[in-house]
Amino acid sequence: MKNYFILTLFLVAFGWSLQAQQSDPPALPQSETISITGVTAHIGNGTVIENATIVFENGKIAEIGSNVSAKGRTIDAKGKHIYPGFISTNSSLGLVEISSVRATDDEDEVGNMTPNVRSLIAYNAESRIVESMRPNGVLIAQVAPRGGRITGTSSIMQLDGWNWEDAAYKIDDAIHVNWPSLYRRSRFGFGGGSGFEPNKDYDKQVQELQLFLEQGKAYNLGPKEVTNLLYESTQGLFDGTQALFINADDEKQMVDAINMTTHLGIKKVVFIGGQEAYKISALLKQHQIAVLLSRPHRLPTATDQDVYLPYKLAALLDNEGVLVGIENSGQMDRMNTRNLPFYAGTFAAYGVAKEKAVQLITQNAAKILGIDETLGTLEVGKDATFFVSEGDALDMRTNKITHAFISGRQLSLNTYQKDLYLRYKEKFDGQK
Amino acid sequence: MKKYYLLLFACLSLGLQAQIHFPNDYGVHDVNKNYTAITQATIYVSPTQVIENATLLVKDGKVVSVGTNVSIPANTVVIDAKGKTIYPSFVDLYADFGIKTPQGQRGFGRSVQYESQKDGYYWNEHVKPETAGYQAFEYDAKKADELRKAGFGTVLTHMKDGVARGTGLLVGLNDDDTNNTRVLQAETAQFFGFTRSQASGQSYPTSVMGMTALLRQLHHDAIWYQTNTPDLRDLSIEAFLKNKNLPQIFDAGDKLADLRVGKLSKDMGISFIIKGGGNEFERIDQIAKLNASFIIPVNFPDAYDVSDPTAVSKVSLDDLRFWNQAPANASVMAKNNIRFSFTADGLKSPKNFLENVRKAVDYGLDKTAALEALTTNPAAFIGKSNTLGTLKSGALANFIITSGDLFDSETLIHENWVQGKRNIINDLDYKDIRGTYNLSISGTNYTLKVSGSADKPKGEITQDSTKLATKLEFDGKWVNILFNPSGLEETAYTRLNAHVLNPQNISGSGTLYNGSEISWSANRTEEPKTNERKNSDKQPEIFPITFPNVAFGFAQKPQQQTILFKNATVWTNESEGILQNADVLVKNGKIAAVGKNLTDASAKVIDATGKHLTSGIIDEHSHIGLESVNEAGSNSSAEVTMEDVIDSEDINLYRNLAGGVTVSQLLHGSANPIGGRSAIIKLKWGEAPDDLIFDAAPKFIKFALGENVKQSNWGIANPTRYPQSRMGVEQVYVDYFTRAQEYESQWKDYNKLSAKEKQRTRAPRYDLEMETLVEILNGERFITCHSYVQSEINMMMKVAEQFNFRVNTFTHILEGYKVADKMAKHGVGGSTFSDWWSYKYEVKDAIPFNGALMHQEGVVVAFNSDDAEMSRRLNQEAAKAVKYGNVSEEEAWKFVTLNPAKLLHIDDSVGSIKVGKDADLVLWTDHPMSVYAKVEKNMIEGKFYFELDQQDQILKRIQDEKNKLINLSIEAKNKGLKTQQPKKKEKELLHCDSLDHQFLID
Repeated sequence: MKNYFILTLFLVAFGWSLQAQQSDPPALPQSETISITGVTAHIGNGTVIENATIVFENGKIAEIGSNVSAKGRTIDAKGKHIYPGFISTNSSLGLVEISSVRATDDEDEVGNMTPNVRSLIAYNAESRIVESMRPNGVLIAQVAPRGGRITGTSSIMQLDGWNWEDAAYKIDDAIHVNWPSLYRRSRFGFGGGSGFEPNKDYDKQVQELQLFLEQGKAYNLGPKEVTNLLYESTQGLFDGTQALFINADDEKQMVDAINMTTHLGIKKVVFIGGQEAYKISALLKQHQIAVLLSRPHRLPTATDQDVYLPYKLAALLDNEGVLVGIENSGQMDRMNTRNLPFYAGTFAAYGVAKEKAVQLITQNAAKILGIDETLGTLEVGKDATFFVSEGDALDMRTNKITHAFISGRQLSLNTYQKDLYLRYKEKFDGQK
Repeated sequence: MKKYYLLLFACLSLGLQAQIHFPNDYGVHDVNKNYTAITQATIYVSPTQVIENATLLVKDGKVVSVGTNVSIPANTVVIDAKGKTIYPSFVDLYADFGIKTPQGQRGFGRSVQYESQKDGYYWNEHVKPETAGYQAFEYDAKKADELRKAGFGTVLTHMKDGVARGTGLLVGLNDDDTNNTRVLQAETAQFFGFTRSQASGQSYPTSVMGMTALLRQLHHDAIWYQTNTPDLRDLSIEAFLKNKNLPQIFDAGDKLADLRVGKLSKDMGISFIIKGGGNEFERIDQIAKLNASFIIPVNFPDAYDVSDPTAVSKVSLDDLRFWNQAPANASVMAKNNIRFSFTADGLKSPKNFLENVRKAVDYGLDKTAALEALTTNPAAFIGKSNTLGTLKSGALANFIITSGDLFDSETLIHENWVQGKRNIINDLDYKDIRGTYNLSISGTNYTLKVSGSADKPKGEITQDSTKLATKLEFDGKWVNILFNPSGLEETAYTRLNAHVLNPQNISGSGTLYNGSEISWSANRTEEPKTNERKNSDKQPEIFPITFPNVAFGFAQKPQQQTILFKNATVWTNESEGILQNADVLVKNGKIAAVGKNLTDASAKVIDATGKHLTSGIIDEHSHIGLESVNEAGSNSSAEVTMEDVIDSEDINLYRNLAGGVTVSQLLHGSANPIGGRSAIIKLKWGEAPDDLIFDAAPKFIKFALGENVKQSNWGIANPTRYPQSRMGVEQVYVDYFTRAQEYESQWKDYNKLSAKEKQRTRAPRYDLEMETLVEILNGERFITCHSYVQSEINMMMKVAEQFNFRVNTFTHILEGYKVADKMAKHGVGGSTFSDWWSYKYEVKDAIPFNGALMHQEGVVVAFNSDDAEMSRRLNQEAAKAVKYGNVSEEEAWKFVTLNPAKLLHIDDSVGSIKVGKDADLVLWTDHPMSVYAKVEKNMIEGKFYFELDQQDQILKRIQDEKNKLINLSIEAKNKGLKTQQPKKKEKELLHCDSLDHQFLID
């Protein structure tokens, strides 16, 4: 009895709903009009509305502004902040559960050119890692396969659903390529460490990629005598329904990639990584190519680089007018995706305006993924996909999410991790 | 009896004449007792004794006399060397000439071998002092020829294999005699190195610190073997002891390894001759203090090919700078009065040896010092000053005859005599045919220009200012010329040759393109340009070194300052809490005052208005600044210490300073249940490894539990090492601690004995591993234990309690929240990750609330990094304790400052802002746990090691220097010097599971 009392007190104190049980099911569709009032609204396009009211119904934003009157159920968010749901790009959420356990790994298929494999169908909607995104404000993610030259086809998921069909937001949005490296890793033997030496096969590998895509293009134009699933799956690149996401960091790689994709008539190209993209910003603007920068929580790639260079890249590119977002691949890829807000915060500390930093993971990400008609900003008519935080959501110390919605559905912020926390907290509290 | 002695003496003095008794079935007796005199030469009897117009008299492979008044016996062959110079031939002490390194069986990684398979020898196969180089020696005439052409007469060669490698033999490069003559000494020196034996598959040691510890143990074992009468024999130890009377040569191969050998030298009581890495100049102060003799290579790097501008980012300033500075290494060593010899080791071919020694001279090495390094120094290092490296009477007749000053690039080596045997390289009468000639062939006139070097001249024929395809070859006597007369198809050649008697006027015969035979002549119309070579070339520009000698190194090491921080928000971590608008005074490296309105006339005032001042961040679990992390060859490696492998040049030290870190515990990895001893350092960027060590810190050791120690994720190697389950992990500890108890009581019993009884009783064997474990049992060394799941955490505490000690810290400890109450009761701290999980099975229940829950239960909690990237933003990680679990900001900040200080038992000197503590302070632009906060200044003991406002200037300097070096590289390429493709070296990021040696996992 005493335990329950303490638990109740505790839960009330921390503002968690008592109804929230462990392993909450996905949220039900929005059934009533809801208003959030008194909130600082970070629109996602660089602007802020203080003391705003947001009215949403049927999953869409109906009204937003400082002179809007509340309707329906009202959530008082005075002193709090509301943001469009943060959008993770180039993640592998739901494809792997525990990195070192092979049986849980579904991110990489056999073969070098595998555009036909689709992340969508392997996406585990019930992943414990996926649910851990929501309490940090990450509500939407592009999920992409890994490995090989053409890794496969990504899809965009909303991070609360019963199954992959349910969670799919935009199916097969893009094909992903690992551009050949200019340098390849080499080990210098015992105690010699490792390093890079020029990749002698670079030109050959670029040619292979080009030949493959040329064949794909020709195949999709002509009478298809025999179905070829590999070529079949590239059609969207040439009719403009799919984007080509290219992992490339070096200036030369990107210039080569631009020339090739222009030559092939691939309509929409996005660079992932883009460490040296700032050196070719004019070219990127000319071709309207956006860059998804690697997360800034990295070390510089050379010993003589500015120690803070990874933190400064967003400002370097944004100042030149290039469309910039943040991608999520790298060490501990999946679990770190929940740190996306703090990557944006780090870019803000080193040269990007705070609201611009918000924009990197909201409006910019939505534009880059081609979902900006419905997501990415808090504007009338867009999806009611947003969250409320007690403070600045880009700062880990104040990123404390109290409410989150996807298309007006109020999400549970419970997770397996929080369950464990509460279970042991209850145990220890009971011992006292 | 006396007669016999006389007879023996006579035989000895006659030396090899004893061979006359050997049967000879090939012909008549052929012994040469003539003298050879080389006259009218400039003779370097030694680097400091030069005699002009002198004669060198030689007989029986030895120098009889040298000087200007040498009387020449009748039976003398006289060689006129007028205008020539004679030097003693060079001596190389570090070679594997004629000795092949044994190759191990392939694929031994499939089944790892833990114990030695060599019966009767040391317990570790990588220690093989019983190896005698001469037993594997086969004279290699081809290689000898290359070495002689480079100027060498004698080499000390050994098997470059293993940690204790056995002895090397001293060999004359004398093709004409047999090993009976040319092997000057069979066992000349004992060799050591930081390399595993290729022949052995025994797993231990996998790392440099393991090898270092192995040698220390060998030393103790040898003493024990010597002073006690063991009832077992160990042929390795016996050989090691016997070889100890010889010179001891250690292959270090790098400046920091030199320093490590210096430590071993003290520990083992052996004065090592250190074979260095050629980068000694980068830590010259410490190297000089070793007071050791050195053997140094001259394998200077080639310039980088940076003609592709996008390649530039792949070459680091560090590498470019090393290319520029490396040739000055010898000069810097000489100026610091370090005795050294040169070795051709590390060069692709000895061909480049002399060229590079000359380069060292161009870069400031005194010529006498250079000559000493080639001759008298190596001779002296091995106690052969009377016979090698000198031409005084009685010395071996090992000498080179050159066309002039050895260090002039135009100078040719004409001859290299070894043990009195003449080897001609470039004829003494070598003609310099360079110049411009009027070439006349069957009435047609051409112009022939001969340029290039005297021994490899190049030809160019022009006719009426048209260049013709020309090829010219010259061997010192005969010249061959091929050319393609103008107007003819490309395959039509005119061929000429001539024996050059006088380069002023060359005439010979030849064949025209059409096959008709002709004669030709060439008159020199222009003499070769006298080469004032080096004087006309500008002196090489040598870039200054920094501390450390990499990008972001300091030109001058930071100085201690008296500093007054004014008007800051001060996070004291003390009962005063967070002070607003407060001042902190720093004096003599300590915090002198904390309060309001402080003044100090001598202090430099820093306006900290709107800024936050905290004590420096302390990372309880780090692997930066290390050359190596895991000794994975055994399930216990308590004998190894990370202090042996501190890498003071790691850029991540600087990057961590830029993230507010001041102290790091550099831990052994988690490859085995009992890891190695820690190095706790202050990030005093610029200082040498030993000066980074935090002296006040107590002793620590790393333990590890779970998947890593049971090799769960070691791929397909089919691991076999005990333990393979958590059950076995417990047994490893119980076993080792039980043995440590027994070990200690053996020593206690022994130490109780009287001196007399001790003489009669065999002492226990001194065991470095057991010594370390005994320290743990006695509370003199603390454990930081890598751990994840609750079962193993609980087990470790119970094992400790069983042996009456306490685990000091659980590191990682991601399920600590499940047993936080038990941890509090045991008194162990928890140093965890803020939010890592799901990367392996044992972290599936890791939660970001872990820190908060343990803290709530009264466990001292720290957040650590285990990662060079995360360690530079531990302030942000601390903030996650506020987000996950609502720890107060003041307490959360202690997770990365005071609490790790407590866990490391250094909180009496660091970890808070309190008068009397070390001035390890960080000034932040913002709330220190905010994502927007930057490090404005990072101070350690009153010295600024990082300043934000200096960064632009530092980067500008880096860019300028790099740019200059790139221009020099391009110039070098244009001059035709060899270049190498940019190779981007990368400091490998070391984690808990990093191995030096891959064989165990792949």
